[in-house]
Amino acid sequence: MDPFTKHTGTLAVMDRADVDTDQIIPKEFLKRIERTGYGRFLFNHWRFDENGDLKADFELNRPEAAGASILIAGRNFGCGSSREHATWALRDYGFRVIIAESVADIFRENADQNGLLVVTLPSEQIGQIMHAPAQSLTVDLEACTVTDSAGFLAQFAIDSFRRDCLLQGLERIGLTLQHVAAIQAFEDRSN
Amino acid sequence: MTVPRTMLDKIWERHLVHAEDGTPDLLYVDLHLLHEVTSAQAFEGLRLAGRPVRRPDLCVATIDHNIPTTDRSLPVLDDIARRQMEVLRDNVAEHGIRIFDIDDERQGIVHVIGPELGLTQPGTIIVCGDSHTSTHGAFGALAFGIGTSEVEHVLATQCIPRTKPRTVEIRLDGEARPGVSAKDLVLAVIGEIGVGGATGHVIEYTGAAIRALSMEGRLTVCNISIEAGARAGMISPDEVTIEYLRDRPFGPDSDAFEEAAARWLALATDAEATFDRTVVIDAASIEPQVSWGTNPAMVGPISGVVPDPADVESQVDRQAMERALTYMGLTPGTPFRDIKLDRVFIGSCTNARIEDLRAAAAAVRGRTVHPDVSAMVVPGSGLVKRQAEEEGLAATFREAGFEWREAGCSMCLGMNPDVLASGERCASTSNRNFEGRQGTGGRTHLVSPAIAAASAIAGTFAEPEGNT
Repeated sequence: MDPFTKHTGTLAVMDRADVDTDQIIPKEFLKRIERTGYGRFLFNHWRFDENGDLKADFELNRPEAAGASILIAGRNFGCGSSREHATWALRDYGFRVIIAESVADIFRENADQNGLLVVTLPSEQIGQIMHAPAQSLTVDLEACTVTDSAGFLAQFAIDSFRRDCLLQGLERIGLTLQHVAAIQAFEDRSN
Repeated sequence: MTVPRTMLDKIWERHLVHAEDGTPDLLYVDLHLLHEVTSAQAFEGLRLAGRPVRRPDLCVATIDHNIPTTDRSLPVLDDIARRQMEVLRDNVAEHGIRIFDIDDERQGIVHVIGPELGLTQPGTIIVCGDSHTSTHGAFGALAFGIGTSEVEHVLATQCIPRTKPRTVEIRLDGEARPGVSAKDLVLAVIGEIGVGGATGHVIEYTGAAIRALSMEGRLTVCNISIEAGARAGMISPDEVTIEYLRDRPFGPDSDAFEEAAARWLALATDAEATFDRTVVIDAASIEPQVSWGTNPAMVGPISGVVPDPADVESQVDRQAMERALTYMGLTPGTPFRDIKLDRVFIGSCTNARIEDLRAAAAAVRGRTVHPDVSAMVVPGSGLVKRQAEEEGLAATFREAGFEWREAGCSMCLGMNPDVLASGERCASTSNRNFEGRQGTGGRTHLVSPAIAAASAIAGTFAEPEGNT
């Protein structure tokens, strides 16, 4: 997993609550056996009309969201299905950071596994970012800050273990396998 | 004196492999359920890293999400779906994992077959690459859905790192009214606490109305915990649990059963233990529910009307409601009983067990499906299907004009050919009414099996005769 330390990028604003993973990556794209190539299907039914043309009014299709790598949304982003394909699609499309009022538990876990940083901020600060003139943000995971060029500054909280894993790009299976003796001992006790 | 513990505490402690400040606890997994849609990339990851499956004997696989529910002797026409199923077969064969394949009568929806085969047992930790894994918590297990990276993690290590979640007690006091099912109770709970209402928490359901439910009703309740944001829902084991598990093929041997049962009863949350939050709901206040929007918290009593966004104060909620009503093609103030249906789907890991089919069949018997409605019943497993056929339920459905299908997830998520056409309106016993869930542009209303069946007859939302 590629480490995450600091990222500056363009913002896409999705002022909605409860965006579910069925929207992020609709089920018809879950039949593939690969981990890659989901970006073109991201938000498929919201991004494209039935002819495959871009819907001009959808948030990601607005000119100011072109090339966005930071997505900002309301509460409970990524609720619903456990499909990791949602995270794969967001990353593959180009997103590195999700900033939201809150996210669903499984979504957060999946994001962590794929180096997609999830930052949660209070609704007031989410509102400030959504309505700020700056279209670019810097997210610094070492300092735990979100800033823009106009002087906006938000400090965010993140679990220290999750932060370390992201900063160092740690692979979780390798971490667990450091405890293989404890696993073996547990199995011996259980038998 | 020992510190009072919740059921979650007890299960957590018994599965603790390694604990260290500043890192998540490492928990041992007793049962890892696998299906075709979320496992291929996990097995591929193992292959690339040169890692074996640590405990293939603790894994069980089936094929449920993609599989057509029509004639099983026919080839699967969808090349990509067929490939995904073949990849699962290859992976389980390579690693020596048991599979209930489509030619096995025990095949079915993973959350239906686990309980009915006795694989799901109290006090265990169960994971699966599927958010409705919360279902299995009905037995007093800690069961939760995981993503594909964690499927790979569990395959490689049989362990899962977790920070202990908070707990919320949802207590359903009193007695449910006649005609109010487990589905109605839990939809009303989600309507009350919201789709993010239990995020970061494990729900423990308590109270007289929960105790009064059958094991299958409890499975329905725990199944939809995830729709309130809780990764897991749990109900402590009692005599209902024990009687359900007696003589299940993968349960404890008969000579070890009583000892196991005593252990299961001891899992219950201690009387003095406390939850981080408690929500109390009077079960007697709950009516049969119908969802009207595009998430499972957008529900109301069947006697009600489509709500009006103008009555909602919060701008975020008002806009969400407006968007939902536009998508659903509904006008505020319309009585649910006047909403015309095109389709009815009885099935899914929420409501495709034998009791669900009995409740639906009772509402159908001797009547016929409304001419404007196309209705189908998809049993949750091959075993449920056979039992329903033996009990005459299948004949009841067929004679009434329902299609009677083979087991699978089917139109709950429409990964197989069972989908809604754009604009079609469906009364569905499934768990998610998200946009496009049952087919692009399809409009899903979540209901109980009895309401779905009665609505298929009436052509609009209706309760079974004798209920009203």
